[in-house]
Amino acid sequence: MPAPRRGWPEMETPGMETITLVEAARRAALQEMRRDPSVWVLGEDVARGGLFGQYRGFLDEFGAARVVSTPISESVIMGAGLGAALVGTRPIIEMRIFDFVMCAMDELVNQIAKVRYMFGGQARPAVVIRMPHGIWRNSAAQHSQTLESWFTHIPGLVVAVPSTPADTAGLLVSAIRSDDPVLFFDPKNLFPVTGPVAAEIAPIPFGQARRARMGGDLTLVTWSAIVPQVEEAAAMLEARGIAADVLDLRTLWPWDEEAVVASVARTGRLLVVHEAVTTGGFGAEVVARVVERLGPAGLRRVARLGQPRVPVPFAPPLEDQLKVDTAKIVAAAEALMRD
Amino acid sequence: MSRLGDNRARLVALYTTMCRIRAFEDTALAAHRAGEIPGPLHVSVGQEAVAAGICLNLRRDDRITSNHRGHGHALAKGAGVAGMMEELFGRAGGHCRGKGGSMHIADFSVGMLGANGVVAGGIPIAVGAAQGLKLLGRDSIVACFFGDGAINRGPFLEGLNWAALYRLPVLFVCEDNGVAAFTATASVTAGPGVAARAESLGVPATSVDGNNAAAVDAAAARLVAEIRGGGGPQLLHATTYRITGHTSTDPAAWRNPQDVEAARAAEPIGRLRERLLAEGVPMAELEAIRGEAMAEMAEARAAALAAPWPDPAAAWEDVQDAGAAQGMA
Repeated sequence: MPAPRRGWPEMETPGMETITLVEAARRAALQEMRRDPSVWVLGEDVARGGLFGQYRGFLDEFGAARVVSTPISESVIMGAGLGAALVGTRPIIEMRIFDFVMCAMDELVNQIAKVRYMFGGQARPAVVIRMPHGIWRNSAAQHSQTLESWFTHIPGLVVAVPSTPADTAGLLVSAIRSDDPVLFFDPKNLFPVTGPVAAEIAPIPFGQARRARMGGDLTLVTWSAIVPQVEEAAAMLEARGIAADVLDLRTLWPWDEEAVVASVARTGRLLVVHEAVTTGGFGAEVVARVVERLGPAGLRRVARLGQPRVPVPFAPPLEDQLKVDTAKIVAAAEALMRD
Repeated sequence: MSRLGDNRARLVALYTTMCRIRAFEDTALAAHRAGEIPGPLHVSVGQEAVAAGICLNLRRDDRITSNHRGHGHALAKGAGVAGMMEELFGRAGGHCRGKGGSMHIADFSVGMLGANGVVAGGIPIAVGAAQGLKLLGRDSIVACFFGDGAINRGPFLEGLNWAALYRLPVLFVCEDNGVAAFTATASVTAGPGVAARAESLGVPATSVDGNNAAAVDAAAARLVAEIRGGGGPQLLHATTYRITGHTSTDPAAWRNPQDVEAARAAEPIGRLRERLLAEGVPMAELEAIRGEAMAEMAEARAAALAAPWPDPAAAWEDVQDAGAAQGMA
């Protein structure tokens, strides 16, 4: 049995520094812009450092031609990124808040996702589209959504959903170096969370889950902003004698089907936890693939935990009513163990 | 060569390009009606002067973006005819290896960044290509072709504002054929029109008779030089007429027959021919150009019809690098 892989080393390691997730993201982009002069960033307020400080200092170092604060023109922010990629640059397209991508869906879905295939391989839309998503500071229905599953449905796109500072940094490096268009869902509620990040940020390959905890009783599959609560729930479950195998998928397209199937083959129980609405969420795909692979008799219990199919409300008691939290995860896991 | 000689050579070049576009479109229409070309087909019969006049002023390393009616733009920019015809036929040798068809003709090797199935879809791409070229320190420019229907979409507003803001090397070309799909554009467009809208966004606008190839050429020559010199974006509003229907299957019977007749009389190839004859170019030379264009396209049609279909395995290629195999499992 391999030693458990842990994403959050408990001690400081040489060459590592404990920094916030948003700082990790900033350093990753900084490193890549220093490495490759064809990388540049465009989006609202990026020259001022970005809404979350993820581009702080970039204007001074790279100048206004590579750090372009734009009008609130999502169609052109997205489409200009594509056009600039088609002539050989590598833009980071900053969407400010995920929900605004809906103003640029033609450019994303009809254009960026299609050009390589539709033009028979003549084009490489090497763009990164950064979209801080999820519930954050009671921002209500138009600033809190987690619709990552939509984009897994669209051929041509890579979907990255990191949850730790190190994974955010490593996946962002991969995203910037990738010739595929990468949708990078920054977990904005986790921007202040800290963790160790290497001084030299190495790329993390797409499609490899991070095992956050090793266990044999049930498999918890999760990603993005809810991951810390899943890990907290797993610790509580362990105290109650339930050993959860926790897999943080890190990317949803491609996704680490092999790791999930292997884990469920061992545990026989699968709970997928995501912040997004359960109906049509990527948990449905995870469950369907596991059942297809293992057969209906291959697992004992399966469940999904997400939000009900209701918009995210404003008032804290209303938001709390609907959103996934540690207690709900523990309850769902315990229910899965009863049979 | 004398100035008159230069001028004559330019006019003959325009005439040649326009005859080739017309022959391509007529040939494609015939092939479509014969069942040789699947899918929708949007042809630009009657609009050839705009494509020819603009692209005569572009270099190979300049870029263009186009719309759903893009055969003429591609051809005028220098896209290979065999690859274009094969693409319409869905054959393996098409520029897009049979994956795009008429609406997605592209030939990146000559700077043709793609036709587009979405009205105004090429505008943000053109603006970004210009921004990228500027960032790379190139002096290439981008010509962005769109129709009058596109000016009622948001990307027109966003794109022109953006291009003016960053002083990008873009020539916006509004090819105004008066109809947005099946609707007269004037009946759905408020205000004084595209030139005024452009000016209001800080993009200087020039209007030209888009059925007068020499006038389009002259306007484009001036605008392209200004843009390449760093003067920022410009818009050229070229009025023309779409003699055929919206698609190959649209007889456009809803139009006023008198308008169509008047348009036929004012169509750009006949007008340019009159001018060339008046300048002393022999009819035989002009007929030879037309005949060669028709022969070229007939040959391309026959070659496309005989060309191999794509290997079905190609359907699985060029989706993406990461995760492509997982999506096909």
